Amino acid sequence: MFYREAGDFKTSYIDDGQTFPIRFDRYRFYAVLAVAFLVVPFIVGDYTANAILLPFLIYAIAAIGLNILTGYCGQVSLGTGGFMAVGAYACYKLMTAFPEVSIFIHVILSGGVTAAVGVLFGLPSLRIKGFYLAVATLAAQFFLVWLFNRVPWFYNYSASGQISAPEREVFGVAVTGPHTEAWATYLFCLVFCLGTGLVARNLTRGTLGRSWMAIRDMDIAAEIIGVNPLRAKLTAFAVSSFFVGIAGALFFAVYLGAVEVGEVFGIQKSFLVLFMIIIGGLGSIFGSFAGAAFLVLLPVILKLVGVNLLGFPTDIVAHFQLIIVGSLIILFLVLEPHGIARLWNVTREKLRLWPFPH
Amino acid sequence: MPEQLIFAMEVTLNGLMAGVLYALVALGFVLIFKASGIFNFAQGVMALFAAMTLVGIMDGQVPFSHLINAIFGTDLHHFGWHIPALLAIVLTTGVMVGLAWCVQQFVMRHLVNQPPIILFMATIGLAYFLEGLSDLMWGSEIKNLDVGLPQGINLWIDEVTFNIFGYGFFIDNLDIVATIIAALLVVSLMAFSQYTKEGRAMRAVADDHQAALSVGISLNFIWVLVWSLAGFVALVAGIMWGTKSGVQFSLSLIALKALPVLMLGGFTSIPGAIVGGLIIGVGEQLFEFAIGAPYFGGATQNWFAYVLALIFLVFRPQGLFGEKIIERV
Repeated sequence: MFYREAGDFKTSYIDDGQTFPIRFDRYRFYAVLAVAFLVVPFIVGDYTANAILLPFLIYAIAAIGLNILTGYCGQVSLGTGGFMAVGAYACYKLMTAFPEVSIFIHVILSGGVTAAVGVLFGLPSLRIKGFYLAVATLAAQFFLVWLFNRVPWFYNYSASGQISAPEREVFGVAVTGPHTEAWATYLFCLVFCLGTGLVARNLTRGTLGRSWMAIRDMDIAAEIIGVNPLRAKLTAFAVSSFFVGIAGALFFAVYLGAVEVGEVFGIQKSFLVLFMIIIGGLGSIFGSFAGAAFLVLLPVILKLVGVNLLGFPTDIVAHFQLIIVGSLIILFLVLEPHGIARLWNVTREKLRLWPFPH
Repeated sequence: MPEQLIFAMEVTLNGLMAGVLYALVALGFVLIFKASGIFNFAQGVMALFAAMTLVGIMDGQVPFSHLINAIFGTDLHHFGWHIPALLAIVLTTGVMVGLAWCVQQFVMRHLVNQPPIILFMATIGLAYFLEGLSDLMWGSEIKNLDVGLPQGINLWIDEVTFNIFGYGFFIDNLDIVATIIAALLVVSLMAFSQYTKEGRAMRAVADDHQAALSVGISLNFIWVLVWSLAGFVALVAGIMWGTKSGVQFSLSLIALKALPVLMLGGFTSIPGAIVGGLIIGVGEQLFEFAIGAPYFGGATQNWFAYVLALIFLVFRPQGLFGEKIIERV
């Protein structure tokens, strides 16, 4: 009834090419933004921010990054954790070396550093394909984590080997360090999440995104029709790592505050983000958000139901979580390889015809 | 002879032994990959699951006891019997065959004709599932596994080398046994695939699914067979590693160690898995000994194998013994 393009005439190219071509979609998007910026900051508490909202926003950024590489360009990466670590350590080094520069710029710069590292580790992708590449990205994962663990320069020779974020302010409000308010950190992450989401959405609709998808669908055929595989693959690695680096920087500086690299950015993190995009939907920006939300909420809900409601010991609930995540991955791959995003699309198609489907 | 050289020789020998263990895990990967084109990420967790089941059966642990206790408020933990190792191994093999059937029936059958990368991700899901299941079934604490394999320093080698070099080499008995078992396993697998009806059918399926179907080979049966074989190899690997360092979660990480071995040796070659395992085993020990520990602060074993494989792959993408990759549009 509401959800249709009938009567929504586009009279200029700008109108025709806008991010959300359907009017209802557009208004829904504005409504979500309004709620996220104008309502949530006033009601958000410490627990909601730290347990749900911050991880959701940050993982969404990382999932968008990985989705560009895996979902759009077809290059499976298991090195997400390592690249997040690059972002975190770049941010730490920048924050301590240039305390007078705004944290906002630091986070973006650490994305840039990660992009450079990502391109470096993406170079073999020109020769290696499929799961050979997936395994090759594990090299990045293990090497980077080892590097940050063993080379003292990266953690400024601190005795514990940890890095911890000093206090930094944006417009006079602390967003990192021990004295932060929930709403400030939330808004800070939200701005980045919105920015990366918009950039990713528009990149994937344009020339670059189409060349990525051509490489994904069949790289040799794409090469023959004139897509430059070097350019496509390396830009995918660069853009993806840029986003993942931003996510890593936020994860360290805003969310955790102090990080021990092997624990936080280990191989489990790579798998977690990969699962987010499988469940959410490969090759979909909305899917990245959906997958991140799903896998952030799942442990919280399981804990609520399992520990608080049913009174199970926490370790059993943790084991169940593994089983459930594993089965969900298989279930989604068997039943709906395009994930939650595809389910949403099906609903949308139904909505377009509702209430007169024939 | 200079002392450094003798140390290097000892390190090399130990590396060879470790390499055999890597090769053992890699073997399971190769089996499944050859027969069904599936890159089974869950191989390491299968080894963990097998080892845990073996310990559980031997000690007479009640499966899911923790969960049952939590639901019904009972206090079950052990049946109170001890089963001899050999019988327990037979029973565990049975469990692994059952697992193979379940995997085929509930997962892989539904994913036929999907791109390999989807299958790969499905096995990652399977790995998570199995990890949760084995913890839930047998508890997550570290367990000792003792099936009667000899352990500790081999005195004979110690004595012989002491007489020659004036310095006794430390070689673990367990590593020697593992080497012998791995060799036996490879020979018997080769004989199986060469001389038995089922083995030939397996090779036929590996060669061409549709052609194999058309001459009346049951794909379902062959795939269950292959997964069972991989399960058995996982059990052997699990026994070796479990005896060496206790049955615990880190056991499943040996799968990650086996990946570079595979990349080096080629995904489709059994000899490749062995040679790759030996190269990686020796390479990482020597690198740590000669360069890693003195200059980089140690623990280079974590990544050396990957970087070696990565560099290697850039020059030869199909690995040492792999079949040439031919791509068509």
